[in-house]
Amino acid sequence: MNVPDDLLYTETHEWIKREGENVRVGITDHAQSELTDVVYVELPKMDRQANAKEAIAVVESVKAASDIYAPVKGTVAEVNKALEADPGLINREPYGQGWIFVLKIDNADDLKQLKDAEAYRKQIG
Amino acid sequence: LLAHGNVAQFACKVDRVVLNAMAMSAALPPDICAFGESSAIVFGEADPPLHASLRRLLSLVTEAGPKKTPLYDEHVRLGAKIVPFAGWLMPVQYTSIVEEHRAVRNDVGIFDISHMGQLIVEGAGAREWLNAMLTNNIDKLDVGMGQYTFLLNERGGIIDDLIVYRVGEQKFLLIVNAARADEDFAWLQNHLKEGRSPDRPGGRPSFANATAGKLETVVPCELTNRSANFGGVAIQGPRVVELFRELFGKDIEPPTRNYIADFRFDEMTVSVARTGYTGEDGIEVFFRTIDAVKFWNGALEKGKPLGIKPCGLGARDTLRLEMCYPLNGSDLSPDRNPIEAGLGFFVDLSKPNFIGRDALLKTKEIGPREKLVPFRMKEKGPPPRPHYVVFQNDQRTGEVTSGTLSPSLNWGVGMAYVSAAHAKIGAEIDIEIRSQKFPATIEKKPLYRKSEK
Repeated sequence: MNVPDDLLYTETHEWIKREGENVRVGITDHAQSELTDVVYVELPKMDRQANAKEAIAVVESVKAASDIYAPVKGTVAEVNKALEADPGLINREPYGQGWIFVLKIDNADDLKQLKDAEAYRKQIG
Repeated sequence: LLAHGNVAQFACKVDRVVLNAMAMSAALPPDICAFGESSAIVFGEADPPLHASLRRLLSLVTEAGPKKTPLYDEHVRLGAKIVPFAGWLMPVQYTSIVEEHRAVRNDVGIFDISHMGQLIVEGAGAREWLNAMLTNNIDKLDVGMGQYTFLLNERGGIIDDLIVYRVGEQKFLLIVNAARADEDFAWLQNHLKEGRSPDRPGGRPSFANATAGKLETVVPCELTNRSANFGGVAIQGPRVVELFRELFGKDIEPPTRNYIADFRFDEMTVSVARTGYTGEDGIEVFFRTIDAVKFWNGALEKGKPLGIKPCGLGARDTLRLEMCYPLNGSDLSPDRNPIEAGLGFFVDLSKPNFIGRDALLKTKEIGPREKLVPFRMKEKGPPPRPHYVVFQNDQRTGEVTSGTLSPSLNWGVGMAYVSAAHAKIGAEIDIEIRSQKFPATIEKKPLYRKSEK
C-alpha cells in the first residue's frame, strides 16, 4: 500500500500535505482500497470553520457512507469540485487529483499531533 | 474515516424465482437429489422440547465465533474482503462491487451461497404439511420444480422467504436464509412435534391442522437440517448456459427455469436449479461440503474464457436491489407481511389453512397500513441508504429499507415502506440525507431493465 514519506496522516485515514499556511487533505491509498468504488463525495462548504476531528465531508462508496474529518483546527479555503463530476478520482489518484479540501490552519503547532508515514504504516499493518 | 453505512448488512438470500412459473414438464432424471440425505436425523426420542429462543441462545453460546463456508480459504486466496454476515465470514467483494456487478450483467459471475440453510422435508405427509407451513401452493409443483414462498408467524409476519423445490414425489428441499436457518428449523420442528400423536409418544411426527392446532390425519413426514453437510454456489449472467455445457457436457440441457435436477461433474453429483437472485439467467448448484472446493475451482477454470468473476455479497446486494428482490432483515421482517411487501403473488389465500392465513385475510380486507415501494432519486446526488427517512409534502411518511447507487444505472435507487395512501407509482417523495431533503419518485418494479442499459 502506498504511504508517501512526505505526508502526514490521521488515525482516521486522512493524509495531510503542508502548503505554507494551508494543508491539503485527502484519504489514503489504504482507505480508498478499503472503500473501493467511490460514487459520491459531499464537499465541505467554503469558509467553514472546523475543529480538529470534526466531520466536514462525506465519501460514499457503493456499500457505505464514510465521514472525513478535519485533521486540525482551521477554515476551509478550497474544495475539489472535480470530485462532483468524477468521484472515482479518489480511487485512481488518492494523493493527487483525488484530494478533497484545503484547510487554512489556525496554528501550525497542531500539525505535531499528526502521524508521520512510519507511524501510519504501523497502524495499517 | 468511519463507515456509518450498512457495510455488514448485505444480502444473503434465497435465490429467488420470480414469476414465470411456466410449468414445462422437462424430462428429469428419476433420482433427483437422491443424494440429498443427511446424517443429521432430527427426531430422537430423547430430543428435549427446546423453545426456539432457548435454542438460539444455546447456539450463541456454543457457536460464538462466526462460521466459515467450505470455500472460505478459496475466498481468502482470491484476495476477497471478508465480513461477518449472518453468523458467517463471507466475501463482500474480491476486486470491486461495480466490476463484479457488471460481470453478472454482461458475462457471468459465481457466488458462494454455502451459508444458506438447506432443509429436507420427506414422507407421505410432506406435501400436505408444507402446504400448512408455507404460503405458496405446493400442489402447483411438479416433481423437479421450485417456487418462491414464505414462512409466516401467526400474525402473518415474515419469518423467512425461501425457495422450496419438489425433488421427489414425497421429498422437498428448502433453501432458506443463512440468518434464519436455525430459527426456521426450530419453528418447523416445533410444529412437527405438535402434530405428534399423544397416544404414540414414540411414534413418527405427523401432520397437524396448522391453524386449529388440533390433530388430524396422522401422516408421517421427517424434517432434516442438512446445512452442515451441503454447500452451494450461484452462477449468474447471460453466459451461464455456455458455462453449464462446459461443466456438464456439450449435449446436456440445463433445467428449465425454476426446475432442479441432478447432474454429474468430475465424479460428483450436484443438484442444479435454474434460479437466482440477480435478474439474469442463472443457476444455483448444491453439492456436498466435501465437493465444494473442487466444484468452485472447476467452475472458475471452465468459466475463464467466458469472463467469469467471483462475486461477493456487495454485488449480490446491488444486483438484487435493481430487480427489487427483497432482502430479509432489511425489506422483510417478522413485523411485515407479504401483502405489505407487495409479494402477495406468492401467497395462496385459497388454500384452506396455513400459518398466518387469518392475519393476511384481515390485512387484505382492511388494506395494508404501509407498502414497500421502489424509488429512484430525481437528481444525481448521494445514494439513499437503509433507515433514511422518507417525506411526502413535508410529512414523514416512511423509511428506506434498502438503498444504493445502482451500478447498472449509475443512479441512486432504493426501496422504502411508505404509508399505503401515498404508495402510488409516479408519486414524488423526499429522502432525508444528512438533514437535507433530496427528491425521488416512486417507480414500478423492477428498477432496472435490460433494455435501459
